[in-house]
Amino acid sequence: MEFFRNWFQAAILVLTNASWTFPFSRSLYQGPLKVLCSPGLNCYSCPAATVACPIGALQQLLLSVRMTLANGQVYVGFYIIGSMGFLGAIFGRMVCGWACPFGFMQELLYKIRSPKFTILRPLRYIKYAILALTVVILPLVAINDFGMGLPWFCKFICPAGTLEAGIPMLLLQPDLRQIIGTLFWSKFTLLILFIGWSVVASRPFCRTTCPLGAFYALFKKAKMIRLTLDESKCTQCKECHSICPMGVKFNESPDDGECITCMRCMNESCRFGAIGIEIGGLPVQASDIRRKKTAP
Amino acid sequence: MAAKRLQQPANKLPLFFISFFIIMFCIGVFFDEPSRVLEQAWQICLSCIGIG
Repeated sequence: MEFFRNWFQAAILVLTNASWTFPFSRSLYQGPLKVLCSPGLNCYSCPAATVACPIGALQQLLLSVRMTLANGQVYVGFYIIGSMGFLGAIFGRMVCGWACPFGFMQELLYKIRSPKFTILRPLRYIKYAILALTVVILPLVAINDFGMGLPWFCKFICPAGTLEAGIPMLLLQPDLRQIIGTLFWSKFTLLILFIGWSVVASRPFCRTTCPLGAFYALFKKAKMIRLTLDESKCTQCKECHSICPMGVKFNESPDDGECITCMRCMNESCRFGAIGIEIGGLPVQASDIRRKKTAP
Repeated sequence: MAAKRLQQPANKLPLFFISFFIIMFCIGVFFDEPSRVLEQAWQICLSCIGIG
């Protein structure tokens, strides 16, 4: 399953960044697919990006909401929130585990041999503050004389934007190198910190900072596809603790907002069939899956 | 065991949220929000990616 998941992640990475004509065009893909929202965090200013980043698009709509409403245009984010919420209600943070290019990159970095460290559990709450403040409140409230806000998360934090768009655009358009300043270098430093942190800790950006992950985590009790715990079979051996890439103690909190439904606990650690998966209310126990594997 | 599973009440919350967000999505489409998203996604916002 892990092998399949990694290939699925790679496929999503390629599909959401499938415009490989950029070395010749030296600009962004401008086709109709960009109306679609990427399921995971994927900067739409990336020259190869074929879809829009929901977090970037939402901020852009909110920061100009006064101006558009004054012009009689109701661009308040219904389409973006509808897209994100639809995916969230079906998959929750499974999107993070299966369809996020930046999450996949962190997983690959974590495979590098090095000392490994855990991430303090209270740090998980930072991402909810980042979602509320930098994606919603500040773009709406902190406005200039023209009534326009800033895309606070993209501009000051997003390391995916620096990696997928900032650096490639500087390589493609050398003229831009003359106008980079403190902002770029501070974001570049943040990117380097997250890359280094990803080598020694599992998915640090997803666990502490990602506003999209925070949004999907809101559906922890209301998602269609979810892992379930059969307490009658659980022996409290805690093997699911050590294998979880998100630091979830599954036997203690099966509805944890951090669970990315990678299914490693179900397929690789639980020997007692205590962890199963439920799709639309229909339970599919781990033991059933194993039986299907061995069936002719 | 199978019978016991069938007796479990189905969690209708996901269906409620799926319906809610589909309606929200359709309202966005009704107000022509996708064209605005497309317009923004076609342009590179330099300050958004830390340049300029």
